[in-house]
Amino acid sequence: MIPEIGHFALTLALFVAIFQSVVPVAGASLHNARWMQTADATAKIQFILIGVAFGALMWSFIVGDYSVLNVVENSHSLKPMIYKVAATWGSHEGSLLLWVLILAAFGAAVTMRGANLPASLKARTLSVQAWITVGFVFFMLLTSNPFERLAVPPLDGQDLNPLLQDIGLALHPPLLYLGYVGFSIVFSFAVAALLEGRVDAAWARWVRPWTLAAWIFLTAGIALGSWWAYYELGWGGWWFWDPVENVSFMPWLLGTALLHSAIVTEKRGSFQSWTVLLAILTFSLSLMGTFIVRSGLLTSVHAFAVDPERGIYILAMFSVTVVGSLALFAWRAPQMEGGGLFAPISREAGLLLNNLFLSVGAAVVLIGTLYPLFLEALADEKISVGPPFFNSSFGPLSLGLLVIMGIGPHLSWKRADLRGVMSRLRTVALLALFAGLGVWYLQTGGPVMAVLAIVGAVWLGLNTLLEWGRRVRLFDWSLVDLWRRIRSQPRAAHGMTLAHLGLAVCIIGFVGSSAWKKEIVSFAEVGDTFEVAGYSLELQGVTNVTGPNYTAQRAILQVRRNEKPVTVLTPERRYYEVAETQTTEAAINSTLAGDLYATLSVVARDGANEWTLRIIYEPLVGFIWGGVFLLVSGGLMSLSDRRLRVGAPRRSAKVTDIAKVTA
Amino acid sequence: MIRLLAFLPVVIALGLGAFMLWGLTGDRDPSDRPSALMGHTVPAFDLEGIDGMDGPGLSSDDISDAGQPVVVNIFASWCGPCRQEHPLLETVAAMSGVSIVGINYKNEAFQARRWLAEMGNPFHKIGADLDGRVSLDWGVTGVPETFVINAEGVIVYRHTGSLAEPGAFDALKGAIVAAGQS
Repeated sequence: MIPEIGHFALTLALFVAIFQSVVPVAGASLHNARWMQTADATAKIQFILIGVAFGALMWSFIVGDYSVLNVVENSHSLKPMIYKVAATWGSHEGSLLLWVLILAAFGAAVTMRGANLPASLKARTLSVQAWITVGFVFFMLLTSNPFERLAVPPLDGQDLNPLLQDIGLALHPPLLYLGYVGFSIVFSFAVAALLEGRVDAAWARWVRPWTLAAWIFLTAGIALGSWWAYYELGWGGWWFWDPVENVSFMPWLLGTALLHSAIVTEKRGSFQSWTVLLAILTFSLSLMGTFIVRSGLLTSVHAFAVDPERGIYILAMFSVTVVGSLALFAWRAPQMEGGGLFAPISREAGLLLNNLFLSVGAAVVLIGTLYPLFLEALADEKISVGPPFFNSSFGPLSLGLLVIMGIGPHLSWKRADLRGVMSRLRTVALLALFAGLGVWYLQTGGPVMAVLAIVGAVWLGLNTLLEWGRRVRLFDWSLVDLWRRIRSQPRAAHGMTLAHLGLAVCIIGFVGSSAWKKEIVSFAEVGDTFEVAGYSLELQGVTNVTGPNYTAQRAILQVRRNEKPVTVLTPERRYYEVAETQTTEAAINSTLAGDLYATLSVVARDGANEWTLRIIYEPLVGFIWGGVFLLVSGGLMSLSDRRLRVGAPRRSAKVTDIAKVTA
Repeated sequence: MIRLLAFLPVVIALGLGAFMLWGLTGDRDPSDRPSALMGHTVPAFDLEGIDGMDGPGLSSDDISDAGQPVVVNIFASWCGPCRQEHPLLETVAAMSGVSIVGINYKNEAFQARRWLAEMGNPFHKIGADLDGRVSLDWGVTGVPETFVINAEGVIVYRHTGSLAEPGAFDALKGAIVAAGQS
């Protein structure tokens, strides 16, 4: 019964979405206020209905209703409860349902948070959002119904892929989707603005918090996926330039560019058509991500269910959305130019360069990801594009970005005094060079690129701190006032400082853990000792252990440094009987300086007491997660800026605000 | 000009869409990337030998100028399937009209030495590919991998995984014989 309710609610949601996709936008064109207002109600109803459907599916997983095909394929009675819940979005069908749930949630959020939006813009935005919902819900009902029943239910399920039975991965899809789908509302705003034919400072300010929220989720989602790959896949890396990773990285790059170009549109009225284009492209790339992941177009380490019929449908939906919106852009954008002029040396120019680097970066990733497909189509050659391409092309681009990021915030709007700024930055440049020389001295023989990247990261970090210090007059005589001065600065500005600092910290982690990694792969017998990066690891034994739905072999590795015991690492090789798969559970000892990472592989030789051990020392890898924390906190700090909550600088808005304060 | 520029994104999107449609409908298997090098000459490289062992190392010239078919085996001491197939490499080494060389993939020298001392060394020449760059040029996706190069220095056969898999060794022998006749 419960699954049928879910199915019914989803079908109803489709009809509500169809209504919402037509009536409000028609109302906006015909100036019919009542038609426009319907969106307020339908967006909420849609969200509730899809919420009911999602709840119904989750309920089926929790109680273990093995008459539902999706539950049979992805769950098992012995599985811990948290992974039963997470299995709701562990499958193709379930994750699509989560996708539309988030889509509807953002629509409903606009009706609740967008009280100061002009009625016509809001109506059009919600209609566009409903177009996307219609496409996805229709797709689900047609090809991927999560509530499909089995005539003869089995006694138990087939279990979720054990790699996915992990807390990091239980949370990774929802966060990533909140990011991907969050850009849908930005897209809807952009298309609505094109329909309206007006993009101005107020529009940019309305769009910014949504962009920021989506960006925060996407950042956290990507990082969580990367963290999961790091400790669960047992390869000892956190980024592999795999197509599925790349398709999440591209929207991030463009989303970051959008975040910055929207500032110029908001503050200076320039870059309007560029900002709108970025808004469209960011979501288009999110859609393309879904398409590539779900269609099996490219080869990837991520094994997703592949179905050509679904692929064609998503491609059709992708084409209609992207081509339609870009055609609208081509038609409307040339009429929107204008805006403030600026000198070649100015904050605007800095942000323009930033946008250039970020979008070229996204293009490089796009070309690298799709190049195997192009080549196969045109020359019938099959190749794969790997890390060397991305590292050698993306590396120099990031260096350029770091240099610009260091200078940019020091520049003033319209026209900046480059000579003055440069003379201030001389000390920072020297310090960064010294840091580079120090690294060079400590790590002779390391790649040159790594040293340059460290120089760039130090340059960015110090410049960010310097700019913040100047802004709050850190070394002013009245230290008592310091807190007040900090508080009086807009939170968005503090957010920028945190986020830029976060990137600098991340870069140090990226470089350290990839350029100076030490790795040993070896056969090992009990009693063998291995030396890596000043640690010695002794294999003291291998025991058999039993978990709730798996059995495992667990190695016991005594770690010593300078003869003193440091810790015991216990990597595991797990075998999941129901799903008939094996996983490696890496054992990691984290310190600020680096991670010691050990995995255990299959028995090397039948009958012998020999295992394959893989021991990796990853310097500075913790900086990545710390940097991401700073990036996300910066985003949250900026999101909490009251200017964003209050909305556009309109007289009426101000009056109500004052009224609230006095009341 | 601006009007034309504004059309650029939609044109690019249409182009991408066409490629994707082709990618979906074409009768293709994306995970099948076998033969990028098949029929091509050996990629140029020059590797040192394993530190602490006699022997000159291995370069691409050694393979293309051998004047007879060469079997190239990519191995590592830490790889289980390599251990399985090792006796078969000894068999290849004993065959006439063919030489066998090894590329040691991402191994510390002491581990490679220990392995060869324990298992026996079937290779006429060994190159130590410490950072895996050369193996990457060969398109190696995992160890072990085995290639057959004919007397003209052209790659004519490739096997990924252990030669001890059913049928794999017979196929290799067939490829060696065919390479010798061409």
